[in-house]
Amino acid sequence: MRTPDAPPLLSARGLRLAFGGVKAADGIDLDVLQGEFLAIIGPNGAGKTTFINMTTGYLAPQGGSIAYQGQSILGLRPRQIVRRGIGRSFQLPQLFTEHTVLENAALAVAARAGIWSPFRRLLRPEWQEEAEALLERFGLLSVAHARADALNEGARKLADIAMAVALEPRLLLMDEPTSGVAATEKMKVVETLVRVLRQAGVTAVFVEHDMDVVARFADRVAVWSQGRIAALGPPAEVLADPRVRREVIGIEAAGAPSGLPAGGGGHA
Amino acid sequence: MSNTPARHPSASSLPRLGGAARGAGLEMALTLIGALALILIAWAAPWLRFVLTIALAKGIAVLGILLLLRAGQVSFGHAMFLATGAYTVAFLAPSVPEALILLPLGGALALGLGLVVGLFVVRYRDIFFGMLNLALSMVLYSLLEKLYSLTKGTDGIRVAGLTFAGQSPPRETQEWLMFGLALGLALVFGLLVRAYLASPMGQALKGIKTRETRLEFMGVPARRVLLFAYAFSALMGGVAGTLVAMTSRHVTPLLAYWTSSGELVFIAILGGAGSALGPFLGAVAFELVRVYAAAQLADAWQMILGAVLLGVILFAPGGVWGILSARLKGRAA
Amino acid sequence: MTEWVSENGLLLGLALLDGLAYAALVFLVAVGLNLVFGVLRIVNVAHGSLFAIGAYAAASLGLFFAASGLPPWAGYVALLLAAALTGLVLGPPIEKLVLRRVYGHEQSLQLLVTFALFMILEDVQKLVWGVQPVSNDTPMKLLGTVDVPFGEDVIPFTAYQLFVLPGLAVFTLLALAWFLRRTLTGRVIVAVTTDKEAAMAMGIDATRVTLLTFTFGAALAALGGALASPTTSLVPGVGAQTIVLSFAVVATAGLGQIEGAAVSSLLIGLGRSVAVYFAPEFEVVVPYIIMVAVLLVRPQGLFGVLETRRV
Repeated sequence: MRTPDAPPLLSARGLRLAFGGVKAADGIDLDVLQGEFLAIIGPNGAGKTTFINMTTGYLAPQGGSIAYQGQSILGLRPRQIVRRGIGRSFQLPQLFTEHTVLENAALAVAARAGIWSPFRRLLRPEWQEEAEALLERFGLLSVAHARADALNEGARKLADIAMAVALEPRLLLMDEPTSGVAATEKMKVVETLVRVLRQAGVTAVFVEHDMDVVARFADRVAVWSQGRIAALGPPAEVLADPRVRREVIGIEAAGAPSGLPAGGGGHA
Repeated sequence: MSNTPARHPSASSLPRLGGAARGAGLEMALTLIGALALILIAWAAPWLRFVLTIALAKGIAVLGILLLLRAGQVSFGHAMFLATGAYTVAFLAPSVPEALILLPLGGALALGLGLVVGLFVVRYRDIFFGMLNLALSMVLYSLLEKLYSLTKGTDGIRVAGLTFAGQSPPRETQEWLMFGLALGLALVFGLLVRAYLASPMGQALKGIKTRETRLEFMGVPARRVLLFAYAFSALMGGVAGTLVAMTSRHVTPLLAYWTSSGELVFIAILGGAGSALGPFLGAVAFELVRVYAAAQLADAWQMILGAVLLGVILFAPGGVWGILSARLKGRAA
Repeated sequence: MTEWVSENGLLLGLALLDGLAYAALVFLVAVGLNLVFGVLRIVNVAHGSLFAIGAYAAASLGLFFAASGLPPWAGYVALLLAAALTGLVLGPPIEKLVLRRVYGHEQSLQLLVTFALFMILEDVQKLVWGVQPVSNDTPMKLLGTVDVPFGEDVIPFTAYQLFVLPGLAVFTLLALAWFLRRTLTGRVIVAVTTDKEAAMAMGIDATRVTLLTFTFGAALAALGGALASPTTSLVPGVGAQTIVLSFAVVATAGLGQIEGAAVSSLLIGLGRSVAVYFAPEFEVVVPYIIMVAVLLVRPQGLFGVLETRRV
């Protein structure tokens, strides 16, 4: 799946950003390779979401560079970056709560295929079909006509990601796709997700707190710590690193005795 | 949150499985019945023809308020577009008396103003959106009032000697022509707004209310979505203004005053923001009541409107259309 | 240039003095609007009506005092009493019966509700005081005029507008800053403004704070009106002008900025009165040109802080 010889899809160098005195990014260097699934782990406040926010144009870094397919995307607005092929999903699902799930999906399809159509219906046959096919792939067809705010957390997460996928991104950044999902649904959600993304040939970066998920689905793992990347490599290697075990996984298992801020995945 | 007018669940014009076809059919049937009833009243009670024409014109302007309500935005200044259309007629009628030219011209000028003002106000939401619109309309009002040499101030301008397709028919025919024009345009704009609301642009408008960030992250500029709706609403306001000017034949700065804007918002909430039919139901009810009540209660008229508005918002959020459609659907089911 | 100044110097001087007095009044109203917004998160469209009612009440009370044979200085008591009464009589019912029902709802809905109140209160003025001009300028006349040297000229200007109005505005600004920073009640208000949930979790009675703040804000608007009443004759429509003007001040400064509102009051007050003397047709337009110009460059206002939404 992964093509290591190809040039990296996304290349970040020396990213820096501080909020007041807190360094959310303190010299981030990272290459995302074509076709890989890269997991980002680390305690809360380490700057994982900040990295996604900088890559998608929501926050501007104070220093460093980000290149996508060899071209700088610094200074572009979120919507310009999206159009170049970088999608994202959110820790708190960002759905249109007064629309049905189907309409949410159809709006995402329209966003790609042509939103500026004032008098033809959104749910025209071809878009409705595509939206339904998308929902089917994510296992959401049964709730297609429910209002988005009536779904459970797992379904909302999937719908949120489905909307990002409808835009046909080459790179998808997912912020904690499994947080808040009930433990019993979690593996099902991830399996669905991975299957769809592999089929679509999407390169994925995802922030994750569940080490089982990371071990099973990630090609590589990047460990975030205080705005820096503390370790990077295949899961088997990184997750076996004693320092990583102590600082990241240790608190996941033992409930934050180490003085670090509690990881958000502890409740899973 | 169910007591916000624009959120009333039964008021969505979206197709839902099952109830969809029946809802649309009901709306169409009511539209036809309503149009026929209006014609009948205008024929049986000639003194109401004028009132109904004004009501239809205002209904067209209220359609614009309804569009913005979909995005969760209230404009307290839309009378500025009404006044733009009306003053276009007043200024140009002496040189271009043709109604069929003045009408699109008034609409076009309001559309232009809407684009300029819109570029500024769509950067804001909620409080700022509402208040900036109010402020800008008050600017227009004071200009119309103060630039006496141009506008004759509060005396206003009389509109005389209009022609229709080159003819100047007798007064009664002119009244019928204006009534027919208003009714026809009401139907056209009503259908356009209905289609617009179901279109991607209309649905994205609703998305601005609930999750604007998501629109941006889908590559859709939310401000442009709102700008199109705003410009469309300004166009309808302008067309309504030309109709008002050509019907009442007298144009004053009061058309741009906050009370006029307040009336439009009042009608939108009274009629219910759920359907393109609501503005017309609201406008007809409003104008008919005013004919009989306003003369006796001139100094308390705004007070009554305000009290009713409070009542509708707090106790009957679906407006007249909401109550009506809930009743009818309940009976049909 | 020098020629223009010598020809128009007197007018310019008058415009500056007028502008200062006007800015003082505008500040009192705007600061109340800001304070209420800070705690309730509602921009009260009816705020301008409270100004107008305060003005009418002050004029009526002053005339009544005079007719009852009270000494002339009682007129000043009437101004303050009218402001307090307006705030106390109208503030609590508005907050308790109407606003309380829409806390936490969409802003547009809250705006609609206060707009409805605005419609009601505008007609209350007409029903109580009629549509004929009402005026009582005794409190202004009583203090006489002061000769203000301006270049080679001397401008006679009323002491009331020169000292009382700006003085009270500055006093209010300082007293408010002291109250909010140094007193317990003030700190509670600030706490609710900053983070309502956290404040309630700490045991603060937010319901009481809200009621108190709204009543106080209403009284400030009424005070602005009461103090303005001796300088002008009152006619219907003052409320609408006042709300859009004080909103312009608040928006220019940045919503919720109290000291900022003082600066933008000066800016807008002076700008407007210069227009009054040199381009009277554009008197009403100038404040909004200032506001729009500021907002185009700084959408959050001169002193406002941009909030980034967390995603």
